[in-house]
Amino acid sequence: MGEAIAFYVISALILGFAVLVVSTRSTVHAVLFLVLNFLAVAALYVLLTAQFLAVIQVLVYAGGIVVLYLFVVMLVNLKRPPEDHSAPQRRGWLGFALSGVVLAQLAAILVWGGVGAATDSSAAQSSDLALNNVERIGMLLYADYLIPFEVASMLLLVAMVGAIILAKREL
Amino acid sequence: MITPTHYMLLSAALFIIGVAGVMMRRNIIVIFMSIELILNAVNINLVAFSYQLQNGIGQVFAIFVIAVAAAEAAVGLGIILAFYRNKETINIDEMNLMRW
Repeated sequence: MGEAIAFYVISALILGFAVLVVSTRSTVHAVLFLVLNFLAVAALYVLLTAQFLAVIQVLVYAGGIVVLYLFVVMLVNLKRPPEDHSAPQRRGWLGFALSGVVLAQLAAILVWGGVGAATDSSAAQSSDLALNNVERIGMLLYADYLIPFEVASMLLLVAMVGAIILAKREL
Repeated sequence: MITPTHYMLLSAALFIIGVAGVMMRRNIIVIFMSIELILNAVNINLVAFSYQLQNGIGQVFAIFVIAVAAAEAAVGLGIILAFYRNKETINIDEMNLMRW
């Protein structure tokens, strides 16, 4: 019962802040709603007993990526609001209608497709994955998935070099 | 009772909100934030199944998704800054340098 209440409250927060992110006119307000959305997702991770991932979510997303977005919003001088020029061939309602159709399709598949309908997720509350979360994730990350981990670190290095080259005024 | 279907419906709804933002907004910074919402929807799915199956691999892949999202944000925002320096706009309807 408590899990259900927490799930519905956190879901409402996630979806509400996500709608605010894509619908707010002011870009700075959109970034701030994005922080709240990420924090709600971190709360959902805690509900799913993924404590390490919740901390990573707060540190990397709400702490790092959002600050990057705020820097860009401050650097880009918005004297002319970006929404006032629209291409004549743009069909905004078509995108909205297509999104609605895809959402209905996904929901129908999930509800009537019988995906995980019989199982109950609250069965394994105090398991090893929940109690020794960091230890389990660390063993997986540094033993079984060592090569993907190194590839990810190389990706971050390349992205860092690329971002510096792109943002530099002249090389 | 909360089943995996609930988490998948939440994830699908968040994904669709992100897709609608990508398709309907013209501010490229908001479009990048919508892409972050989409990646978060993927992460929710991965962690929900990690919890359901009591298998840590889903969380490991969620960490990889977060790393890719950080790299994407850094490079994408660098591209936005470089483009803004040349064209003085962040409206995607005016970004047609390579179209004709």
